[in-house]
Amino acid sequence: MMVKVGGFIVALAVALALFGPSLSPYDPSTQELARRLEGPSLQHPFGLDELGRDILTRIASGARISLLVGLAVVSVSSLAGMFFGSVAGYFGGRVDDVISRVIDVLMAFPGILLAIALVAVLGPSLVNVVLALSVIGWVGYARLVRGQALRAREFEFVQAARALGAGSPRIVLRHVLPTTLPSVVVQATLGMAGAIIAEASLSFLGLGVQPPTPSWGTMLDAGRAHLFDAPHLTVFPGVAIALLVLGFNFLGDGLRDRVDPKMQR
Amino acid sequence: MAAYLVRRLLLTIPVLLGVATLVFALIHLVPGDPAQAMLGEGASQEEVQRLRTSLGLDRPLLAQYTGFLGGLVRGDLGTSFRYNTPVTQQITSRLGNTAKLALAAMLVAILFAVPLGIIAAVFRGRAPDHAAMTLALAGISMPNFWLGPLLAILFAVYLGWLPVSGTGSLAHLVLPAVTLGAALSAILARMTRASLLEELRELYVLAARARGLSGARAVLRHAFRNSLIPVVTIIGLQFGAVLTGTIITETIFAWPGLGRLLIQAINFRDYPLVQGCILFIAVTYVVMNLLTDLTYGLLDPRIRYE
Repeated sequence: MMVKVGGFIVALAVALALFGPSLSPYDPSTQELARRLEGPSLQHPFGLDELGRDILTRIASGARISLLVGLAVVSVSSLAGMFFGSVAGYFGGRVDDVISRVIDVLMAFPGILLAIALVAVLGPSLVNVVLALSVIGWVGYARLVRGQALRAREFEFVQAARALGAGSPRIVLRHVLPTTLPSVVVQATLGMAGAIIAEASLSFLGLGVQPPTPSWGTMLDAGRAHLFDAPHLTVFPGVAIALLVLGFNFLGDGLRDRVDPKMQR
Repeated sequence: MAAYLVRRLLLTIPVLLGVATLVFALIHLVPGDPAQAMLGEGASQEEVQRLRTSLGLDRPLLAQYTGFLGGLVRGDLGTSFRYNTPVTQQITSRLGNTAKLALAAMLVAILFAVPLGIIAAVFRGRAPDHAAMTLALAGISMPNFWLGPLLAILFAVYLGWLPVSGTGSLAHLVLPAVTLGAALSAILARMTRASLLEELRELYVLAARARGLSGARAVLRHAFRNSLIPVVTIIGLQFGAVLTGTIITETIFAWPGLGRLLIQAINFRDYPLVQGCILFIAVTYVVMNLLTDLTYGLLDPRIRYE
């Protein structure tokens, strides 16, 4: 049930991101200053923003940014995390010590603090947001994969492969990593939710995607100045973020229940 | 316990050193010349050189690093470029406000989450459970940078009950504390429910009921107290989330704390102040985690003998 609801919300968001901007009669950047801050109407179901731009069209364009950043961060983080995690877990010893200490240090930074720090020095941009979120993101995957690789190297089929003369890279790639994939997929789904919130947080703080590119976080930031006269600027982008995050959380939780039978109660 | 304490403290040292090294490296990640970036394109060559000297950027990297670590030991985090005062002075002047906000948020979270978790566990699988857990899921999915403005629209704009920003009275603290505490509250409610459900299965609860204790008494006097250990741990471990949450919450409500100071420092390219704030928040987080671990070790002897 959770997987279906989550999957439906995510599919809806993907459809909105893919087709929304081209189906909309408005351009996300076209301004109608005379009608700025106008509330929802039949013509503009979510109303117009502080520069008279159609909020629904901007939300559809913002979905592209959110999903793109989420996908990029999850791909980079999971690949890096799988590489370092499997190397640390499979080889153990010094290599494991070094990788584990790096993980410890990165984990000593709470939440997105390190991402804020990195974007602060590198400068706000979409690429830097992905880079900063990946720098903190890979650690979670590495920890997960390391633990599983540590276990997997004792499996009989792994020892059999070693006895047959297979080299370490082949064993890690063909035998160890596949055993970690289900957990990585679950983590990646939940990671999408985390990356979307993190991107929106950074953009909200003015450290992410820069205007005029529509991002849900910058839309919420702009809405802050108009809480009294135009609350719709705040309400709709927020609903979009919360729904998409909820969708990925549902999907991730549901997938975890399927992957790990112990979670089914 | 002493051996566990020493071991745990020793394990923290390399982590703190790593954190300090990363924070030191930050200024060197600035594209181009950090001094030029701070002063802007219009600055003269002499001004840039003077700032490089005052930041110590003209010294060899190793000398800069040892100087930075030496400063940390003495509690010297450098001088703020914007305010021209010691970074530590800026941080301590805002620290009280952030601590007040973080504590209020944790209090709000506990007051809301614990009854919610108990209701959900006692009515497991029934309507109150579903309602409580749906509320908790909504709390987790709702980012604080959206919840804050929504609460402001409702309680400040429409109802006019609370001020929308600033400090000064207890009323000013309500909206930021609820905004910051909501996500923690959701996590705590889920944890309280799960932990209490485990305890309710235990035989001693059945024995208490058999001795004639009412259901409510058996839950509150016996099961709930034992279910508190993991809940207390989660409160400690979630402190980091609360700490980073203050960055956004303080920005939304113009709350003059450490988080807002950090964002203002970033916007002003005041790199020494950025470094100081980041380092302070990270070290506080590490220390809080350490304290949580030690408390946990104190509460549960199995951990310290591992």
